[in-house]
Amino acid sequence: MTAMVKAEGVHKSFGPVEVLKGIDLEVKSGEVFCLIGPSGSGKSTFLRCINHLEKINAGRLYVDGELVGYRQKGDKLYELKDSEVAVKRRDIGMVFQRFNLFPHMTAVENVMEAPVQVKGVSKSQARTRAQELLDRVGLADKAGNYPSQLSGGQQQRVAIARALAMDPKLMLFDEPTSALDPELVGDVLDVMRDLAESGMTMIVVTHEMGFAREVGDSLVFMDGGVVVESGHPREVLTNPQHERTKSFLSKVL
Amino acid sequence: MAIGIVGGVLLAVMRLSKNPVTSSIAWFYIWFFRGTPVLVQLIVWFNLGLVFEYINLGPFYKDEWSDFMTPFLTALLGLGLNEAAYMAEICRAGLLSVDEGQTEASHALGMSHAKTLRRIVIPQAMRVIVPPTGNEVINMLKTTSLVSVVQYPELLRAAQDIGQTSGAPAEMLFLAAAWYLLLTSVFSVGQYYLERYYARGSSRSLPATPFQKIKANVLSLSNRSSTTGGTA
Ligand SMILES: Nc1ncnc2c1ncn2[C@@H]1O[C@H](COP(=O)(O)OP(=O)(O)OP(=O)(O)O)[C@@H](O)[C@H]1O
Ligand SMILES: [Mg+2]
Repeated sequence: MTAMVKAEGVHKSFGPVEVLKGIDLEVKSGEVFCLIGPSGSGKSTFLRCINHLEKINAGRLYVDGELVGYRQKGDKLYELKDSEVAVKRRDIGMVFQRFNLFPHMTAVENVMEAPVQVKGVSKSQARTRAQELLDRVGLADKAGNYPSQLSGGQQQRVAIARALAMDPKLMLFDEPTSALDPELVGDVLDVMRDLAESGMTMIVVTHEMGFAREVGDSLVFMDGGVVVESGHPREVLTNPQHERTKSFLSKVL
Repeated sequence: MAIGIVGGVLLAVMRLSKNPVTSSIAWFYIWFFRGTPVLVQLIVWFNLGLVFEYINLGPFYKDEWSDFMTPFLTALLGLGLNEAAYMAEICRAGLLSVDEGQTEASHALGMSHAKTLRRIVIPQAMRVIVPPTGNEVINMLKTTSLVSVVQYPELLRAAQDIGQTSGAPAEMLFLAAAWYLLLTSVFSVGQYYLERYYARGSSRSLPATPFQKIKANVLSLSNRSSTTGGTA
């Protein structure tokens, strides 16, 4: 299997604060890769580096064998132009903790927007596809609703459909269920489980240990900007090796 | 006014730009045009000919300033450039009101900066921009009366002139006031519909237009009369 994402010594600082202190990891094609860790450990920051919403200060990040926001010439990295970064981002879907649906568009318009604007797909084609995707996340009947007329769980499922509309080869999920009422979490996790079964490569930052255990293929525990422990979810969750992992898991489980 | 709005959007984007040169140019522009009275600006534009006798745009255009700076152009430039400075601040407030997550989500989908601004950010900013812009439009309309100082025959001046020749100055002034009122009313109605358009998605149901309200009332009336008719 090839690596979909490969991180080599990724460093990231905000001013004087170093948030990522050298992350090395590899996400295989087709796997569900779970990222857990205490608040402030740098999980979101790492995810945002993958699609270049954040610049990295050192190291290399490859998606499907290519650097994301940079071009390498000799030993030096040069940042790509915004338009070039935009092209690379098409292949990387992202789902946010707070959904970030476009409030002035209906559900189906949200899903159509990027294919029409970015790929130049015709409106009628994009609409048909968007309907299919909404159907797939169980919201066929909500196509005409504005985000303000949907529950949190429904909004998050529209957000997943919106990301899928670009046919990404990698999906990033940043705590997709943390902002939801407990009874709405299940629907979203079901959609993600389906997606995993269809063979999508997914990196999931989550506090849902049950989901990580059942669906995850690998799991990484991050703390203080470094990877503390990694392995198969069942092993790490039931038999953690490091003190820090143990104390974190004892708090969340 | 069109100059004002377009210029305002441009300036606002420039001011929020990451490039320090563009943002300080915009800052300087706003500082200058907002910091001096319109009336002074108008007179200065008109009388720049006292300083620069000729206007010389290289091979394109060369003329005497007084020929170039007609009263109409003075009015257009003076009011437009001034308005742009005010609109810039209104637009900036609007752009800042849109959650950063919107830009991020749009970028994450592979949309460019320009598309993000045009398709995602500006339509949402409009909700904040339209009401104060309505104020500005109406203010602007009334400010056109200042242009009479540079000999432009706008509404007030025309009214005064006719008033003098026809011997009914007071009546003509009332008429002028009525015209201002009529024009501002037209804009207010336009604003209502514009606000309604940009409110889509932000509240659960759109407010009814006055026409729809009337229609609903008439319908319920006729329903009532038909039911009473049925039982009688
Ligand atoms: N734009 C920013 N500017 C400055 N500091 C930031 C910025 N974004 C994140 N940080 C800091 O980086 C650290 C890591 O943040 P990050 O959001 O990656 O944590 P996290 O692991 O996702 O936490 P959580 O579980 O709470 O979401 C935090 O200390 C945060 O304050
Ligand atoms: Mg986070």
